[in-house]
Amino acid sequence: MLRTDILIIGAGAVGTALARELSKFKVKVLVCDKNDDVGGDASKSCSGLTSTSATMPVGTLECKIRTISHTMVDVLCRDLDIPIIHCGSIAPVLTDDQMAQVPKLLDRAWQNGVWDYEFLPREEILEMEPTLNPEIKGGIYSPRDSQINQFLMVVAEAENAAENGVEFMLDCEVTGIETEDGRIRRVITTKGEIEAGWVVNAAGLHCDEIAKMVGECDFTVHPRKGEFYVLGHDTPVKVKHIISSVPTPKTRGVLVIPTTDDNLIVGPTADDVEDKTDRKTTRDGLEEVRTKALEMVPGLCFGDTITQFVGARPARVPEGYNILVSEKAKGYVGISGIRSTGLTASMALAKYIVHEMQGAGLALERKVGWIRTRRGIVKFAGKSDAEKDALIAQNPLYGKIVCRCEQVTEAEIVQAIRRPVGARTLDAVKRRVRAGMGRCQSGFCGPQVIAIIARELGVSEYDVRKRGVAAYMLDRGGK
Amino acid sequence: MKTIECDVVVVGAGPAGLAAAEAARLAGAERVLIVERDTRAGGILQQCIHPGFGLKMFGEELTGPEYAGRYQERADKAGVELMTCTTALELRDRELVCANSDGILNVRFGALVLAMGCRERTRANLVIPGARPSGIYTAGTAQKLINLYGDKVGREIVILGSGDIGMIMARRLTLEGAHVKAVVELLPFLAGLTRNKVQCLDDFGIPLLLSHTVIDIDGVDRLTSVTIAPVDEKRRPILDKAEKIPCDTLLLSVGLIPENELSRTGGIALSPITRGPLVNQFKQTSNPAVFACGNVLHVNDLVDHVSVESAEAGRCAALFAANRLPSASAFSTVAGPGIRYVCPQTVVADGGADVTLFFRTLVPGRRTVLRCVSGGKELARKTCIRTSPGTMESLVIPKDAVAALNDSIEVSCEHGEVLA
Repeated sequence: MLRTDILIIGAGAVGTALARELSKFKVKVLVCDKNDDVGGDASKSCSGLTSTSATMPVGTLECKIRTISHTMVDVLCRDLDIPIIHCGSIAPVLTDDQMAQVPKLLDRAWQNGVWDYEFLPREEILEMEPTLNPEIKGGIYSPRDSQINQFLMVVAEAENAAENGVEFMLDCEVTGIETEDGRIRRVITTKGEIEAGWVVNAAGLHCDEIAKMVGECDFTVHPRKGEFYVLGHDTPVKVKHIISSVPTPKTRGVLVIPTTDDNLIVGPTADDVEDKTDRKTTRDGLEEVRTKALEMVPGLCFGDTITQFVGARPARVPEGYNILVSEKAKGYVGISGIRSTGLTASMALAKYIVHEMQGAGLALERKVGWIRTRRGIVKFAGKSDAEKDALIAQNPLYGKIVCRCEQVTEAEIVQAIRRPVGARTLDAVKRRVRAGMGRCQSGFCGPQVIAIIARELGVSEYDVRKRGVAAYMLDRGGK
Repeated sequence: MKTIECDVVVVGAGPAGLAAAEAARLAGAERVLIVERDTRAGGILQQCIHPGFGLKMFGEELTGPEYAGRYQERADKAGVELMTCTTALELRDRELVCANSDGILNVRFGALVLAMGCRERTRANLVIPGARPSGIYTAGTAQKLINLYGDKVGREIVILGSGDIGMIMARRLTLEGAHVKAVVELLPFLAGLTRNKVQCLDDFGIPLLLSHTVIDIDGVDRLTSVTIAPVDEKRRPILDKAEKIPCDTLLLSVGLIPENELSRTGGIALSPITRGPLVNQFKQTSNPAVFACGNVLHVNDLVDHVSVESAEAGRCAALFAANRLPSASAFSTVAGPGIRYVCPQTVVADGGADVTLFFRTLVPGRRTVLRCVSGGKELARKTCIRTSPGTMESLVIPKDAVAALNDSIEVSCEHGEVLA
């Protein structure tokens, strides 16, 4: 049987940030996730926005943690080589009703310590962002809102944690937790039993199911579906800032976001659904996104869409961040209520969780030789001729362009697979190095990427998946 | 970093590139180089193992690889150099930047021919809502997996779009033992060639559902079903007539888009309709040293046409490199009533040769009169028993008329009877 000091269930933004935080200490940490890759569910399919707490409910734990965490983002990006753009955000004010909200929004931002959250007149906003609807009455400018590469953030944290000794077990679903004399004993998974002193439930959308296994579930979680469009690089109308609807208590509404890879993400909707496997875009949802985005940025060309996707934020009832250090089942720590704000909040949240665990008796001794930094895979695209030539001289696979749309080379794909916590599916390769993330959506490179994954992992092409448990690419003949 | 010089460089060794390169050599260009990203020449024809190629060009029915093989031999014999496993990255003025496993290669050229072909439209371009499981392929990708990699893609198949590749794949998958449940087409008429409907669908009893579309997709991991519905005359789905079809594979054959990203890096002006470069009859683009042919220029239905057009592009590129390409005033071609587009978009009033205008009609019809008029004068006309948007049409303007041009040229189409 596998033994570990701490088992983290869930390798999303929270689970991997916690794993990295714990990797600083002399404890054995294991992370398991039922998905084929780190990045969880909500984390990999969120908007990638990392923003101040301007719009947070005042005085909540969520607001406090996120405020602290937002100050930690830049150091994390520097240490782990995570792409981020400091573009700021603008919420154009279009109606009198929205205008009436502005003083309240500014007041809340002030109370949350976001003192640079300002209302600017129409002319100034239009000069900053000429693509906006000229009929706006003004806009709220939030200069410290940024856009992070949400895929690479989680991958970078996981790689760094793994380099510091954390183990990852993917495709590994928890099916039961056993307690003995009021203490956690072992965790039953689809990959065998794991004996653990501490179990941290960071299972996001599924954290209620895990919580039930230890009888610590006084809440429910359901998916709040968000539908998004992604527009290609060549689309003629692009925004320089994150464009956001004027926030309502429930959501920041539809956003138009410039990404770190020069795409535009447009969305999301916010629809509460019951089925946790539901990742379907809908005609109505996509139309809602399109209409609302065009009200703000009338020139957007939805004909340049390269894909649409759904993110499922975990919506807790009752809502609010909740970190439970169990009395009933000692050693169990339940994290719930981490919604879309979790990407930004994850760094401080990890520290907060560790602090709480120490308070409950976890003894931690700092390691010597902890590795603080990690470098990303060197991209071929965007380099100068001389730099490209040097890359190819170092590794001739840099001269083999596999994904023509994003100019991704075989060298990058092979690294994505071979690195710690490496990619094993097409989607995992795509998130790390963008092969298949361009205009043809892997039509050209798909067959080649399947072959490279099979070769690198030493499996048959018929065993290669798009993602998930059984999303096989080819017809396995009933296997 | 290496630099080489050549008279004519051709990007892509598919049928267009091979024909252009051969013609450039035959027209006197000394050093002609093809840059090809794949491991060998042939382009998309490598995976088109069905017959039907070459009827016009060779008067016999060849498979795709056979057709490409003939052109490769001809290019070889003409002394064309072929550099495979080499990707063109960027087009600059008189310089093409390429990469291969030896490093970065700068190719300085007298003239360049764009022959990169096209790509398939994807699900996202159509905005089909639903889940995103595995098992959704564009028809060409499935064709590549089956015919080149020897893989099986699925067994219960629905095909969206009645493009030629989709219909050919319906037959191919049937021969591989899969069950093709339906070919679903949004339009009230066929998108591809009629002969492909007869040979690939009718002969195998595969149902073609016109005026239908896919409105939903299900499957958490692998595809489990698609939902189809008929559409009204405004192409809106009639939701209460929707029907769920269980299947594990959805192929999309919903159109091709010229692959002009390299052209964009060189600032080449593109047509919003064909999505290929704007050219004159020499296939010369907005950069006079750059020529374009084949599916990168506009999407063709027959490779035989591609070969003819590309040979002309190659010949003209060689003349340009030698400073011998004629120049004169240019006049636009206009897509008149019933016509979607005309290629070339301009005609230079040079009487050296007849000029063929290629174009597509908007709707299918019978007893169709195709005309081309300039300055009130009819330059060419023909009557067809049947025309359809899936079939490229052409008219030839005699060289004397070309020399005498002094106004734009309008192509129009009048059907004796409109079908569908």
